[in-house]
Amino acid sequence: MDWRLIFDTALTQGFGPQAIVVALAAIGLNVQFGYAGLLNFGQVAFLAVGAYSIAMGVDTFGLNFWLCVFLALLSAVVLALLLGFPTLRLRTDYLAIVTIAAGEIIRLVLRAGSYRGTTGGAAGIQNFADDFFEINPFPRGSNGIGFVDYSSSDLWVMTVGWGLVAASCLMIFLLIRSPWGRVVKAIREDEDAVRSLGKNVYLYKMQALILGGVIGAVGGMIFAIDRQSIVPDSLGTQRTFFAYTALILGGSGRVGGPVVGAIVFTFLTAFTDTTLRELVENNILDKIPLLPSDLLVANEVGIAVQILVGLGLMALMIFRPQGIFGDKREVAISARR
Amino acid sequence: MPVADTWMEPVERTPGCSKPDPILVADGVRRTFGGLTAVDVGHVEVQRGSITALIGPNGAGKTTFFNLLTGFDEPDEGTWTFDGASVAGIPAHKVARRGMVRTFQLTKSLARLSVLENMKLGATAQRGEGFFAALARPLWSAQEKDVTERADELLVRFKLDHMRGEFAGELSGGQRKLLEMARALMVQPQMVMLDEPMAGVNPALTQSLLEHVKALRDDGMTVLFVEHDMDVVHDISDWVVVMAEGKIIAEGTADDISTNSLVIDAYLGSHHDAPLTEAEVQAQLAEAEAAIAIEEGRADDV
Amino acid sequence: MLLLALLFATIGVLAGGPNASAEAAAPSGTSEGGEGVRGTFIDKKGTRAPGDDVPLVDVEVVITTTAGDEVVSGTTDEEGIIELELPSPGEYIATVQLDTLPEGVGLAEGAEVRPFSVDPNDTFRLNIQFGQRERETSTKLDQLPQLVFKGVQFGLIIAICAVGLSIINGTTGLVNFSHGEHVTWGAVAAWFLNVDHGIHLVIAAPLAILIGAATGALTDMILWRRLRNRGVSLLAMMIVSIGLSLAARNVLQVVFGETTKAFRDFNIQIGHDYGPITAVPKDFWLIGIAILALVGVASTLQYTRIGKATRAIADNPDLAASSGIDVNRVVLFVWAAGGGLAALGGILFAVGERVQFDTGFKLLLLMFAGITLGGLGTAYGALVGSFVVGMLIQTSALIIPTELKNVGALVVLILVLLVRPQGILGRAERIG
Ligand SMILES: Nc1ncnc2c1ncn2[C@@H]1O[C@H](COP(=O)(O)OP(=O)(O)OP(=O)(O)O)[C@@H](O)[C@H]1O
Ligand SMILES: [Mg+2]
Repeated sequence: MDWRLIFDTALTQGFGPQAIVVALAAIGLNVQFGYAGLLNFGQVAFLAVGAYSIAMGVDTFGLNFWLCVFLALLSAVVLALLLGFPTLRLRTDYLAIVTIAAGEIIRLVLRAGSYRGTTGGAAGIQNFADDFFEINPFPRGSNGIGFVDYSSSDLWVMTVGWGLVAASCLMIFLLIRSPWGRVVKAIREDEDAVRSLGKNVYLYKMQALILGGVIGAVGGMIFAIDRQSIVPDSLGTQRTFFAYTALILGGSGRVGGPVVGAIVFTFLTAFTDTTLRELVENNILDKIPLLPSDLLVANEVGIAVQILVGLGLMALMIFRPQGIFGDKREVAISARR
Repeated sequence: MPVADTWMEPVERTPGCSKPDPILVADGVRRTFGGLTAVDVGHVEVQRGSITALIGPNGAGKTTFFNLLTGFDEPDEGTWTFDGASVAGIPAHKVARRGMVRTFQLTKSLARLSVLENMKLGATAQRGEGFFAALARPLWSAQEKDVTERADELLVRFKLDHMRGEFAGELSGGQRKLLEMARALMVQPQMVMLDEPMAGVNPALTQSLLEHVKALRDDGMTVLFVEHDMDVVHDISDWVVVMAEGKIIAEGTADDISTNSLVIDAYLGSHHDAPLTEAEVQAQLAEAEAAIAIEEGRADDV
Repeated sequence: MLLLALLFATIGVLAGGPNASAEAAAPSGTSEGGEGVRGTFIDKKGTRAPGDDVPLVDVEVVITTTAGDEVVSGTTDEEGIIELELPSPGEYIATVQLDTLPEGVGLAEGAEVRPFSVDPNDTFRLNIQFGQRERETSTKLDQLPQLVFKGVQFGLIIAICAVGLSIINGTTGLVNFSHGEHVTWGAVAAWFLNVDHGIHLVIAAPLAILIGAATGALTDMILWRRLRNRGVSLLAMMIVSIGLSLAARNVLQVVFGETTKAFRDFNIQIGHDYGPITAVPKDFWLIGIAILALVGVASTLQYTRIGKATRAIADNPDLAASSGIDVNRVVLFVWAAGGGLAALGGILFAVGERVQFDTGFKLLLLMFAGITLGGLGTAYGALVGSFVVGMLIQTSALIIPTELKNVGALVVLILVLLVRPQGILGRAERIG
């Protein structure tokens, strides 16, 4: 067992580009679910819109990269309007159903052979973010900070990414302590009461859906830019629920919750993943008596991590819905109603 | 007081009678749930500046009628006007903005908002409620201060000022009723519609609440409230409207009503306090089933 | 539920259609040391009979990294076999060069691109289904009867899967996102009994349905009832169900593997022409069993005491509880029935097609479309809605590429919500 490797990997990932993607997706969900009480089960659709607007814009249509960034934000607004228009007047389960379906629709369309010329089909699109890396101020080569070690392009993605995370958090902080935030939080508690006080609940829900979706799309852009590659099958529904797990871990309904949650979540999954791989590679599991010999093989590590995430999400929701740092009082209150 | 005392003298004591200065007029409002006609109101008027009680046995359709009038439910048919303008088919939040604000029978306090935040939510036309304006505090901080002051005054009046910073979810049931009523007043409506405001409020507090309600009338506000306690109805209402099985069966002053045989029949006819017997359970099952069957029959036509 | 299972058994015995034995299991990886990819490309001429198979010679396959860089390429030999070595374990994409296929041989849209991952010292088996390129002579409208026939079958299967989902929603308010895994689990349980333990499907299927029902009841007892009693909000419960779905789906992937598998019985059957449609015997049996099952569900709801109680609760939970109905008992029954029906649906689907670890999850989205169309929470609405959705998916193949047919159903879902959100048979909810 190489504990040093395990910790390094986990720590590197915990602050790396992947954590940023989870953080942005979770910040978006925090606006929708944490504050407005909207159950968006298709955050991955917004990630896809962000990622593919850039990839297709640059690669297929030959547009300017920065124009594509703008188009990505615009597309996220349009998607939110499309999803919200039929559902936001209804109970929130309808939103959940429609959004989870939308996530799958988008993935299926993107990987369809029929549109391969435009979307790249199942193989996706690669190398579309050169304009972004051209302005990378960090010197080439890898840059170590303490334990962790990042390449110069990673550092550039991280600088921009964490910058965007900070900007989103600041914006949400400002919004939530304003009367706007008061209305949105009230809608989470009981939308009929808010309606009876003369507020246009539908409009606020739409605004929250759009804001959360746009932040998710920013996450999608980072996701695509970081790897300079996007394939539709990396945008399965489980990505939405990774973000939910991170959000609830860190504490939904608080500004910093999703960020802390994303770091912890990414750290934990990377840690588990590497540890399991080490266990398998060094045949340590085989030495433990009573365990079946083929309990875990290398290609099942990813699956095992997903199982743990699923169970973790259940356990959190049941036993600590306020998150790891949360305040028990709020939960007691919501249970009293 | 003097104005309020005299207007009902010449008014007929019949269901659907006309009032000298009605603020709310409803016509032919009908709402069915499957085979059940929950509301079937031919004509009713509510006098401006009065306290009108809406009474009736359980399941009479009072709450449903409230829901319809305030845009929370849609009728099968019917029209109604508020302050001279039609509000039928208008979404609930717009009805509230026109000045007709309601509270709910099952209290809807916003549990994870503080009592003060609950109150401030009620204020209308807040600049900081716009998405972009919200980001710029100077645009709304002055208004927020006014709103807070007004909220604090009302909290004092409703004896909730000591709970100002607590989560609304931590209030007792009665306190939540008070909060909901106070919050409705933050909207500064012309008319408040209270669905069983006294239910669960302790008798001492009920007295002071009644005084509040009277004070509202003296400020020129119209109050329509649902109440089961006849003492309360006697105490404060200028006029009483009785509903049973969706229809308005009687109108008059509280004294008129308490001697009306129709009303007494309506109450006694559907009284149910004893625990259910097995036979009654079966009957209720059959009833629910019949309702389903009728509904399915109806859905088939669609 | 037991009744249903027995029904299935007797019908199955009577069926006994021409069922060939299962294909021999593919030999395990051949290469030793190093990673590779291997495939045998055969044109089956659109039939299952091995006699007319033709190997595809000189077909080029290019392997690239997920980033699109070419790694290696090669062509098939005279037996249609291609074998390529890969530099390291990891993720790759195989692309069949369409222009190297012989005249008249085609691939389903998009099937030529195949992402895959290979483990250390493993050989990935590249299975690609080749078929006849669509005959130009067959106009699209000629396919309509066939598609309608398939639509009836598919619609009924979705309906069976979805009734449970809808009744659970009606009685408890929960939209159970892990319902798809109940469907998969039914089919997988039947597969293990059938293929691993050699129990004939006619016996294995009812057993699996019982297992499914027991699983449904257990999840209610262990999980959902406790959450209800603790007063956990529906919103939170939905997220719990999502977590359960994610965990269960991946567990199924581990125990069942990643590939799609077929039952041993009723697997290969000879098709016959019936007027404008071509069908194998099992098509009719599937439709027959599905209809019987649905009639069973309807009569249970209509005539039995527990069925009436179920509808009473769905109609008005408070009234039902106050009138002495034991809500917990009814809900437990509903979960058991939902689990059993889901299992039946999964088995029927797997008999018609095949089963994979995420079959149920894919069906779940169609079930959602169905029950929303029919009216969330209503039992009969779920039947009608699902049937319409199944029909729509199959017939939509006339105008949209088959790989996108599910997308059509989901678009319908959104349109329904716009026009009539309470669905065909649903009704608006109560505000108090
Ligand atoms: N959404 C609904 N679906 C079906 N039936 C309903 C619905 N809302 C109300 N009802 C029925 O309509 C009738 C009138 O109900 P309503 O709540 O208006 O009575 P109420 O007069 O307010 O009674 P209470 O004094 O008990 O509050 C009842 O029979 C009730 O069961
Ligand atoms: Mg009522």
